[in-house]
Amino acid sequence: MKMTEPKPASREAESNRYILRLYVAGQTPKSVSAITNIKRICDENLHGQYELEVIDLYQQPQLAQGEQIIALPTLIKKLPPPLRRVIGDMSDTERVLVGLDLRKKA
Amino acid sequence: MAKTRPAPKSRLAPKTRPAPKAKPAQKSRPQLPKAPTGIQGLDEITGGGLPQGRPTLVCGGSGCGKTLLAMEFLVRGATQFNEPGVFMAFEETAKDLAKNFASLGFDLKDLIARKKMVLDFVYIERSEIEATGEYDLEGLFIRLGHAIDTIGAKRVVLDTIESLFAGLPNQLILRAELRRLFRWLKDKGVTAIVTGERGEETLTRHGLEEYVSDCVIVLDHRVSEQVSSRRLRVVKYRGSTHGTNEYPFLIDEGGISVLPITSLGLQQIISTSRIHTGVARLDTMLGGAGYYKGSSVLVTGTAGTGKSSLAAHFAEAACRRGERALYFAFEESPGQIMRNMRSIGIDLEPWVKKGLLRFQASRPSLSGLEMHLTKMHKEVNTFKPQVVIVDPLSSFVSGNNEVEVKMMLMRLVDFLKVNQVTGLFTSLTASGGMLEQTNIAISSLMDTWMLLRDIEIGGERNRGIYILKSRGMAHSNQIREFLLTDHGVELRDVYVGASGVLTGSARLTQEAQEKAALMIRDQEVDLRRVELERKRATLEAQIAVLRAEFAVQEIASIKIIGQEKAEEAQLAQGRVDMGKSRKVDATANKPKRGAK
Repeated sequence: MKMTEPKPASREAESNRYILRLYVAGQTPKSVSAITNIKRICDENLHGQYELEVIDLYQQPQLAQGEQIIALPTLIKKLPPPLRRVIGDMSDTERVLVGLDLRKKA
Repeated sequence: MAKTRPAPKSRLAPKTRPAPKAKPAQKSRPQLPKAPTGIQGLDEITGGGLPQGRPTLVCGGSGCGKTLLAMEFLVRGATQFNEPGVFMAFEETAKDLAKNFASLGFDLKDLIARKKMVLDFVYIERSEIEATGEYDLEGLFIRLGHAIDTIGAKRVVLDTIESLFAGLPNQLILRAELRRLFRWLKDKGVTAIVTGERGEETLTRHGLEEYVSDCVIVLDHRVSEQVSSRRLRVVKYRGSTHGTNEYPFLIDEGGISVLPITSLGLQQIISTSRIHTGVARLDTMLGGAGYYKGSSVLVTGTAGTGKSSLAAHFAEAACRRGERALYFAFEESPGQIMRNMRSIGIDLEPWVKKGLLRFQASRPSLSGLEMHLTKMHKEVNTFKPQVVIVDPLSSFVSGNNEVEVKMMLMRLVDFLKVNQVTGLFTSLTASGGMLEQTNIAISSLMDTWMLLRDIEIGGERNRGIYILKSRGMAHSNQIREFLLTDHGVELRDVYVGASGVLTGSARLTQEAQEKAALMIRDQEVDLRRVELERKRATLEAQIAVLRAEFAVQEIASIKIIGQEKAEEAQLAQGRVDMGKSRKVDATANKPKRGAK
């Protein structure tokens, strides 16, 4: 279950490009809502400057150790640094934005 | 009455009969399956190990050995019982763990390479995590499940899962997920150890005991009198009996070892064979044969009464028999002991070189009593001596810890007895105090108690020995003086004077007096002998005279007899001649006889 959405980007925008990975466990309600929520937030805030990969750990359990996954769903912001993790079903948009360093903590 | 008795019996019979049948059935019923830990002593306390296929909680303060216990459980499982294991670390990285345990001789890297173990470090950094709504710990489940499946793990350690509470928000979710985790572990059928930091009022800081209820082990690390000691207690073991005491344990280069000695009953094999004390006349005092093999001997006395010398004798005698002796010295170094003993003619060095005698010298304050005890156990287990000497026991007593010392001694005595090792313990009693009172606490543990004491008489101090008690043998009741000569301890003859046993110069005087008396007696005897000789000589002379007189008389008598015979013959001849001359027929006499 891979959903990569490469968007054409200009060179200067490359450095601001967001590489995101969303880890879920199967098609649970939490997984589904996390996927829809993050897609919406990215579309609204990143304007196509992102890559989102959704990984089902049931399919690739070996990835859990390397990525230090404990809680699910987990969104990992690989780029730009610093590395951040956002856990939960992404229903709290404000916190997701804080987690993605798009907004300062209130 | 006798006739009526059977009736109630028969009525009772149906009730009582099923009971004895049920009991063997209970005995043979399958025990809770257990996963042996392989940790020395722990399996004995738990009756075989941790509950198989269930989680066990190991909790305690920081630095009490939780991680070590858990890791040893995994390593021993992988190496000894062919049960691979997963170690999930929440506090230490896999690299650190491998490094730390290499010093204990656990080669984690090798185990991991051989697919006997998975080390997974779970990294949680609160500052990196932003929580946005509902989540669960399915990631952890997947991760753990994957690790278990890849090596076919039978054992799992989660160390310390409570770190999750610090790393993740929303305790409600966490608690629900932990509950699910432990259920899941049970379903997986893995034997798990979950460690937890000790809380203030609860066993663990976050109340893990609420979820893990099958078996709870509490570790403790406390310091008293500036000496630290570690203890282990099985608080709970559902579905199984277990030792409930606090057991001291030790962490050393070989891992953890727990001392479950007090759990043992008094069921030692008892030997009737005797072993020599090393002092011939002391053997005589002890029913003529010495100590019982496997018994415990206490030698008490005030300073300088020769306790160590007696111990050294015993050790040397054992070595002479080709047995091994282990000497725990707590006041002197081995070199000092050997030098001092050489001065009384006991040369221990050859036996040390031969490997029959081993010294273990350390200060009592080096470590806690338990540590000493565990060390002694280890030494006894590795060296396998027939004779163990602890010199002196009293140096362990500091402050008010006599009860602890007694407990320790009891464990040691039991342990030695179970192993059929004869133990000799020396103990210093303060001079001036009641000699027989200070050691009452430990004396009841001892089979033979010998008291060495100073005897002060006539401005002198001499050494005396007596046997206060010796179970199971007819022992001497005498107070004997002994000397430390250049060929060892020597018991002297007993001289009882008007004021009791004579010792020292008093004894020497007595000896001299007796010698003098003996001499006089000898002289008298000689005199008598001479007198007798003289009498005999006189008598014999008289006999000779008489014999001579008799000889003279005899000769005279023989002479007279000869003359008489000659005369008679002459007379007879005279009659024949006369008859001839009278012409009498020689046969004329015959009819005379027939006429009669």
